[in-house]
Amino acid sequence: MVDGQFQGKKWKDVKVGEIVKIAANETIPCDIVLLSTSDPTGVAYVQTTNLDGESNLKTRYAKQETQAKVPEKERFIGLIKCEKPNRNIYGFQGNMEVDGKRLSLGSSNIVLRGCELKNTNWAVGVAVYCGHETKAMLNNSGAPSKRSQLETHMNLEIIMLSVFLVALCSVTSVCAAIWLKSHKNELDLMPYYRKLDFSEGEMESYQYYGWGLEILFTFLKSVIVFQVMIPISLYISMELVRVGQAYFMIRDSRMYDAATNSRFQCRALNINEDLGQIKYVFSDKTGTLTENKMEFQCASIWGVDYSSTEASLEHGHQAECSAQVDGKVLKPKMKVKVNQKLLQLSKNSFRNVEGKQIYDFFLALAACNTIVPLVVDTSDPTVKLIDYQGESPDEQALAYAAAAYGFMLIERTSGHIVIDIHGKRQRFNVLGLHEFDSDRKRMSVILGYTDNSVKLFVKGADTSMLSVIDKSLNAEILRATETHLHSYSSLGLRTLVIGMWDLSVSEFDQWHFAFEAASTALLGRAALLRKVASNVENNLCILGATAIEDKLQKGVPESIESLRTAGIKVWVLTGDKQETAISIGYSSKLLTNSMTQIIINSNNRESCRRHLQNALVKSRQPLAASAVPNNFEGFSDAIGTPIALIIDGTSLVYILDSELEEELFELASRCSVVLCCRVAPLQKAGIVALVKKRTADMTLAIGDGANDVSMIQMADVGVGISGQEGRQAVMASDFAMGQFRFLVPLLFIHGHWNYQRLGYMIIYNFYRNAIIVLVLFWYVLFTAYTVTTAINEWSSMLYSIIYTAFPTIVVGILDKDLSKRILLKYPQLYGAGQRREAYNKKLFWVTMADTFWQSIVVFFVPLFAYWGSTVDISSIGDLWTLSVVILVNLHLAMDIIRWNWVIHAVIWGSIVATVICVMIIDAIPTFSGYWAIFNTAATGLFWLCLLGILIAALLPRFAVKYIYQYYYPSDIQISREAEKFANQRVIGGNRQIEMYPIPDGPPR
Amino acid sequence: MMEPHSAPTPKKYSKKPKYSKFSQQELPAWKPILTPGWVISTFTVVGIVFIPVGLASLFSSESVEEAAIRYDDKCLNEIHAQNAVAFIKNDMTNKTCTTSWTVERKMQGPIFIYYQLDNYYQNHRRYVKSRNDKQLVNPASEGDTTNCYPQDKTNGSMPIVPCGLIAWSLFNDTYKFWVNTKSLTVNKKDISWGSDRSHKFGSKVYPKNFQLGGLVGGAKLDENMPLNQQEDLIVWMRTAALPSFRKLYGKIETNLEVNDLVEIVIENNYNTYEFGGNKRLILSTATWIGGKNPFLGMAYLFVGGVSLLCAIVFILLYVIKPRPLGDPSYLSWNKNPGILK
Repeated sequence: MVDGQFQGKKWKDVKVGEIVKIAANETIPCDIVLLSTSDPTGVAYVQTTNLDGESNLKTRYAKQETQAKVPEKERFIGLIKCEKPNRNIYGFQGNMEVDGKRLSLGSSNIVLRGCELKNTNWAVGVAVYCGHETKAMLNNSGAPSKRSQLETHMNLEIIMLSVFLVALCSVTSVCAAIWLKSHKNELDLMPYYRKLDFSEGEMESYQYYGWGLEILFTFLKSVIVFQVMIPISLYISMELVRVGQAYFMIRDSRMYDAATNSRFQCRALNINEDLGQIKYVFSDKTGTLTENKMEFQCASIWGVDYSSTEASLEHGHQAECSAQVDGKVLKPKMKVKVNQKLLQLSKNSFRNVEGKQIYDFFLALAACNTIVPLVVDTSDPTVKLIDYQGESPDEQALAYAAAAYGFMLIERTSGHIVIDIHGKRQRFNVLGLHEFDSDRKRMSVILGYTDNSVKLFVKGADTSMLSVIDKSLNAEILRATETHLHSYSSLGLRTLVIGMWDLSVSEFDQWHFAFEAASTALLGRAALLRKVASNVENNLCILGATAIEDKLQKGVPESIESLRTAGIKVWVLTGDKQETAISIGYSSKLLTNSMTQIIINSNNRESCRRHLQNALVKSRQPLAASAVPNNFEGFSDAIGTPIALIIDGTSLVYILDSELEEELFELASRCSVVLCCRVAPLQKAGIVALVKKRTADMTLAIGDGANDVSMIQMADVGVGISGQEGRQAVMASDFAMGQFRFLVPLLFIHGHWNYQRLGYMIIYNFYRNAIIVLVLFWYVLFTAYTVTTAINEWSSMLYSIIYTAFPTIVVGILDKDLSKRILLKYPQLYGAGQRREAYNKKLFWVTMADTFWQSIVVFFVPLFAYWGSTVDISSIGDLWTLSVVILVNLHLAMDIIRWNWVIHAVIWGSIVATVICVMIIDAIPTFSGYWAIFNTAATGLFWLCLLGILIAALLPRFAVKYIYQYYYPSDIQISREAEKFANQRVIGGNRQIEMYPIPDGPPR
Repeated sequence: MMEPHSAPTPKKYSKKPKYSKFSQQELPAWKPILTPGWVISTFTVVGIVFIPVGLASLFSSESVEEAAIRYDDKCLNEIHAQNAVAFIKNDMTNKTCTTSWTVERKMQGPIFIYYQLDNYYQNHRRYVKSRNDKQLVNPASEGDTTNCYPQDKTNGSMPIVPCGLIAWSLFNDTYKFWVNTKSLTVNKKDISWGSDRSHKFGSKVYPKNFQLGGLVGGAKLDENMPLNQQEDLIVWMRTAALPSFRKLYGKIETNLEVNDLVEIVIENNYNTYEFGGNKRLILSTATWIGGKNPFLGMAYLFVGGVSLLCAIVFILLYVIKPRPLGDPSYLSWNKNPGILK
C-alpha cells in the first residue's frame, strides 16, 4: 500500500511496515501481522504446506480492534513492536499500539511467508519480517549434513592411499636423482638426453634447470601421472550408485503405503549404506509404533465406566448425530463406536445429577479444544460433512466422540463457539483459552454461557490433572475414576482427565485482569500466561476421564521381533506414561514375560543413583555367571534372562546431565530392551547422543512428530513416518515412509544390499585405480625414472571413464548377494553390516596385496617376454592397457553374485568398448602409436602374454576366495548356497529345478 | 532439498510403484557359486591347457637359432680402448672392424639381422617426445617443428626434416656379410611396418637440412629418397619400450648351413661409449612366438603346474573335510545358540 492505494508489487520490493493485501489462494510474500480479513470475525485460514508440510487449514486471527478499520478509507497510526527475527515458526511475540491501546500479538496473529490464504477472500496485514528475515527463510538452513560411516572409513583409507602416492612419487624422484647424479658427465651428449644445445652457435643447456629443479619436476610429473591412485571418480560413482539405490528403494512396492498413498522417500542421498549397519533403533511410540489414529474407546463419567462396545458400530447411530443447518444435514466425517447406554443417557436425561455430569462432560469434550470444524460438501447436496481440523489427533478423536453423542461442534471463531446439542444450537462465548503446553500438560477453556454464568473446563494428562483436582470433593468418584484410569492405561489406552469449575464473578474478574496483563506482556509472556493458567486451573471438580485407543500399526510386533533377531537393539522413547508404555511394550512384543524388568523411576538425583547402581549389579549377575564358560567359542546357554530397562523422563533429567550418564549407558547396553517414557523431545535427542557418543555403532531414529525432529537429526540415520502428526519429522528425516513395519525391508533388504554393494564398490575402486598406477610405476623404473608412460595418454584418461567405470556403477546398483526372501527369513544376516564385513581394514589390505600381485603379473610378464626384442612403446603399452582392463573386469566378474542381463552387457560390453577404443586410438596416424595394436595382435606372443597374465593374476585370488568361502564360510555365503541348493534338496524332485541362463564367454 | 514425491497432488491417484522385475530387483539371474567341483575342474583345465602351451612355446623358443655378437668392445683396439669416446667422435679414424662367426646349427632362411642396444633409454621422456609426427607425413607441415628443440632448425633457421632427437640420433653402424668368402645380400626392404610406410611417413617428404648442425648424432639420410623409403629411419623412429632392445637391420633370405663361416664387416660408427651402452649384432631365425625367449614357456609351465597342484590339494581337502553346501546348521547363530544379544 502506497499513499492510501494498494498497488501490485514484487515480493522483493515489500518492506517492513508496509500494509499488504492478499487475495484468496495467494501465497504470502512476507511475514505479516493480520489487521483485518474478509471474515467479519477476523479469521483467516491459511495452509502451511510449504512451511511444515501440514495440509490442514490453520486459523489466524486479526485483532478485533483492527478488524473494524478499513485502511483504504480510514487512516490510523499504529506501532508494532516485536521480537528480533528468529527461526521459530511456531512462536511470535509482539504488541501493537493502535489508538493509544496496546494489543498483544501472538503466533495466531501472524501469517508466515510461504503460506497460502484459503477460504478467505482477502486479508490485510502489516509486513513485520521481509526477505531473509522471514521465518521461512531462516529455517532454510536445512538439516545437519550427515556423512555415512562407510564414507568416513573410506576417507581414512584414501589418506592411506595418498601417503602411498607420495611414497611412489618420492621413490621415483629419488631414483631419478641418483640416476642423474651417476650419469652427470654423460648427460651433455647422451643421444637420448642431450643436454647441450648447439643450434645457437654457442653451447648451452636446454630444458635443464639444474639438479634440484629436475628432481622437483620429476616429482610433480609423477604426481600428475600417478594421481589416479586417489579415486576421485569413486566419489562420482558412489553418488550415481546411491541415486540408483534410491530409485530402487523408492520403487519398492513393499514399502508403498496404501493407506496414506505414499511411497518411500529418500530425502538424503549420502547415507544409503548406513541402513545396512544399524545397531540401535530409537523409536517413537505414538504414530510410529502405533497408528496415531485415535479412537475414542472408554469414558468414565462421574465414576461410572462406559466402554464402547464393538457391536454398537453396526447399529445405525448416524441418525442421531446429525444436525440441521439451513435445511441441510451436517454429519461428522468420522464414525465413532458408541456405547448405547451412554448414548441413551446423554440423550434423554440431562436433568438429573448424573445427566448433568454427562452433559458437562461432553460439552467439555466439544469445547475444550482448538479444533476448527470445516464444512465439506458431499455428493448429496443436502448432506454436508463436518471435518474437524486440528493439530492434535486426540482432540479430533474427542470432538468426533462428542459429536457422536450429540454434542456437535459446528462453528468456532476466536470469540465464540457454536455447538449443536441434540439438535439445539447453542452459542457459547469463549472468554479465554489456555493452550496446551508440555509443562502443564493440560489445556483449559473458559466458556461464557448465554445466562452469563462462566465455567472453566480443563482437560489434561492424569498426573497433572489429579494434582489440581479438589480432592475433598467427591473423593469416592475420584477414587473410582483413578481405578478406571489405571485399568484403561493397562490396556494400552491413552487417558485424559476432564475437570470443570464454575467461576464466580470475582474469580472471573481476577482471572480476566491477570490474563489481559499477561497476554499483552512483551517479555516472558509464555511464562506469565502459564502462570495465569495454573492459577485458575485449580480446585477443579472432576467430571470424568476418557480413554483413547492408539492402535498398533500393522506388523509392528513382527517387525520388532525381527529387528531384535537381527541383533538390533530397539529403544522406545515415548512421551506416554509408564503404564501405557509398558502395555504397548507387551502388545508390540518388545517386552516378554521372560524378561527381567528394571524400572528406574525416581524423583531426585540420589535415589536415581541408587537405582542405577542396584540395577547395574542386577544386570551383571547373569552375565558373570555365564562369563566362565564363555571362552573362545563355547557360548553356553547360561546367559541370563534378557533384561528390560524402563526409565522415565524425570529420572533421565538427573541422569543425562551428570556423571551417571556413563552408568546408564553401561546398564542400557546390557539390556535387550530399553523403554523411556515421559521423555521430552530434547531428551530423546539426548538419549540418542548418549549412545552415539559412546559407541561406533550406527543409530537410527524413527518418529513421526515434531517432537521427534531433534532425535531424527541427532541419529546417524533419521527416518520419518509420514503419519498423522504433521510432516515436520519427514522434513527433518533422511528417509521417510508410511509405516513402521517398512523398517524391516528397508534395513534387511535395501540396507543390507546398499551396504554390501557400496562396500564392495569402494574396495574395488581402490583396487582398480591402484593397479593401473602400479603398472605405470613399474614402467617408470625402466625408463631411467623419467615418468614416461607406455600406456597411451588417451587410454589412461579413458581408463576410469569408459574402460572400467560402468561395470562398477552397474554392479553397485544391481548386484545382490542374497534374495529378499532369504534376507527376511534370516534377519541375523543383517549382522554382516553391523560387523562391517563388506568393508574393513583387513579387506582393504588383503585387496591391496592382491592388487600388488596382479600389477606385478600384468607388468612383468610382458616385460620379460619382450625383453631385448624389437617391441616398441605403443605395442607393449597396448598390451598393458588391454590386460589391465580385461583383468579388472574379470576380477569384478569373479565377485559378481548375480548375473542378470544388464551386468552381462556392461561387463563384456566394457571390454569390447576398450578394444574398440584402443583400436580407434591406434588408427590415428599422427599418434606415435599408429597401428600398433594391429601389428602386435598379429603375433602369437601377444595373445600368449594376455592369456598368461589374466590367469596368473587371478589364480591366487580365485584360490583364496574358494578356500575362504568353502572352509570359513560367512553366514551370507551359506545362505547363498542354501538359496541355490537347498530347495532342490529339501523339496526333492517335486519342484522343478530352476534354469539358469548360461553366460556368454568373454569376447576378446 | 527437493522432494520428488511429496508435491501435493490435486487429483488423488495412486502412487503405488508399478511392478516390474527390474524395479523390484527381481531380474532373472545366473548365480554362480564356487563349488568344489567347479573350482577343482577350473584348476585342472588351467593346468591341462597351460602345460602343453608352455611346452610348445618352450620348444619353439628352443628351435630358434640365434647368434649374438657383441662388438662395441671387440671393435676397439687396445689404443683406442683407453679413450673410446674420442675414438668414436673422431671422423678421421677408421672404424671398420671385422669379425667372424661359425654357424653351429643350420639356420633356415629368412634369417633376421638385428642390432641390439643395451642400456639405451629410447623410452626416456625427453627423447620420446622429441619428434613431430605431422612433419613426417605431410610436406606442407615441413616447417612444423614443435617439440623438436634443439634439433628443430639449423643455424640459418631452416627447419630440419626429420626433426627431433630421435631422428638426429639415428643408428649408423653398418654390417656386411660374407659366407665362405661369398658376399651375402642383405635385404633391407620391408623391415619396417607397412602401416608406417603407408601412413606415417610421407612419400613426398624428403630429408632437409638433416645432420648439418655442429653435432652429428648419427646416420645421414639420402636427401633424394622420400621418408617412407628410409626404412632404417622408420624402424628407428618406432621407439623401443625397454632399455634393452633390438631393431631389425635386414634379412638374409638364404639358409646358413652348419659350419659356414660368416665374416662380418662392421662399420662401428655409433657412439654408445659416451654412456656405457652395449652394441650387439644378432642373427636369428624366428618362429610363431618371436625370437629366442624361454620366459613365457617357463611361466606357462609354472602356472600350469601350480594349478594342477592346487587341484590336487583341493581334491584332498574335499575328501578329508567336506562341508555340505548351504547347510543351515553351519550358520553362526545355529552353531552358537545364545549368541544373540
